[in-house]
Amino acid sequence: MAEDNGLRIADKKHIALAEMLKGGVVMDVTNAEQAKIAEDAGATSVMALERVPSDIRRDGGVARMSPVKKIREIQKAVTIPVMAKARIGHFVEAQILQALAIDFIDESEVLTPADEHFHIDKFAFSVPFVCGARDLGEALRRIGEGAAMIRTKGEAGSGNIVEAVRHMRALTGGIKRLTLLNPEELMTEAKNLGAPYDILRWVSKHGRLPVPNFSAGGIATPADAALMMQLGAEAVFVGSGIFKSSDPPKRAKAIVQATTHFKDPDVLARVSEELGEAMPGLETSKMAEKDLLQTRGW
Amino acid sequence: MKIGVLALQGDFALHAAALARCGAEAVEVRMPAQLAGVDGLIMPGGESTTLLKLMHEWGFVAALEKFHAEGKPIFGTCAGLILLAREVANPEQFSLGFIDVAVERNAYGRQRESFETQGTATLDGAAHPLTMIFIRAPRILAAGPSVEVLARHQGAPVLAREGSVLVAAFHPELTDDATIHAYFCRMVAEATSP
Repeated sequence: MAEDNGLRIADKKHIALAEMLKGGVVMDVTNAEQAKIAEDAGATSVMALERVPSDIRRDGGVARMSPVKKIREIQKAVTIPVMAKARIGHFVEAQILQALAIDFIDESEVLTPADEHFHIDKFAFSVPFVCGARDLGEALRRIGEGAAMIRTKGEAGSGNIVEAVRHMRALTGGIKRLTLLNPEELMTEAKNLGAPYDILRWVSKHGRLPVPNFSAGGIATPADAALMMQLGAEAVFVGSGIFKSSDPPKRAKAIVQATTHFKDPDVLARVSEELGEAMPGLETSKMAEKDLLQTRGW
Repeated sequence: MKIGVLALQGDFALHAAALARCGAEAVEVRMPAQLAGVDGLIMPGGESTTLLKLMHEWGFVAALEKFHAEGKPIFGTCAGLILLAREVANPEQFSLGFIDVAVERNAYGRQRESFETQGTATLDGAAHPLTMIFIRAPRILAAGPSVEVLARHQGAPVLAREGSVLVAAFHPELTDDATIHAYFCRMVAEATSP
């Protein structure tokens, strides 16, 4: 673990891998064939999981870590980093993923939580973790536990960008607010946010998180990806949005292009042409609290 | 002096910050036409397969060949090294061939095997201690006779130069030490002076 600036946060080399993934697209895949499509489209990384979020939502039941055999097949199929999801608090799934030499473990609310009170102690691992967050307090708690990357949660499997926008604005707004506070106000802010004081003080001074901040949960179109980048995401995760659309290779490629050229509307118009049908979307404001994935974890 | 940073994907912002510490103006380059306005170019760390797709999509290969033929310096780190090499293994893939080295991708293994180590670079005859961070790094397997090796790790070249092209298998942009960026800025200054 690094003690830079007096902070106990993730290893520098792990934060570094997150830096290398900036400006790119991490794509959810369930098998080697999808992983190859993702790599060919220009994904910077693939995320191995048992079922994409929209199928988890539809089928219900317990969603777990991807089967080991599938993960090995995906690792053999591509040369880009392979991430995989573990259940919140399920440190043994994480131990298995570490033994498989997974490049980034996503301790994810998309899977059914294994522990309702505690997240994984990420300092106990030699591979990096990414964790979801809905606001600044949640992001700082996960960084305090050793996450090397934060992704705003959005609402996975919804095909609706509104929650991703809400969470990114909450996070960036929370950071902006910190930079305006006087030193004597910081401890109270840490208490109110339930956030580790040292990391909060660092964010107040630097105006950013000490680890990269990506966006996830609801990205279905190139415009969605570019929207999140313009709102301050440093890269994006796309789950169901690609393999639940009518033409996954084409849409995957378009989202990669849109994430790079997020400030260029001419490029965005060009790559948004003739993509076929996007995944069907859900109205998240009409969903019951129990159906939301974002409220898992704290 | 304006130095471009290829901003298609990767840690280009860290390179821009390192250039700023050296007093150079960094320009993010996302389209080939932007190369006309810069005196040198950094190709950052990132995913080489992703960078290749984005480069091919917008005609970067021909534009970079012209840029290189004009003698304008190029500095590639990690994925940038892979793109600039003569030959790439694991897997074999297209590369620009601007420097006579053969590289193996992900030669040290996956992220679990990424590491930080101390080394020494020899720049303009003087030795500089360096912190070298290798992230899923490539290894230079062979370097041609006209390639000058500026630093090694476990016998393999990790910092090398051939004419106007500088490559590093590690990431100087991840540290606060701007020694190598300053060296590249001198390369650009020499190439632009009449």
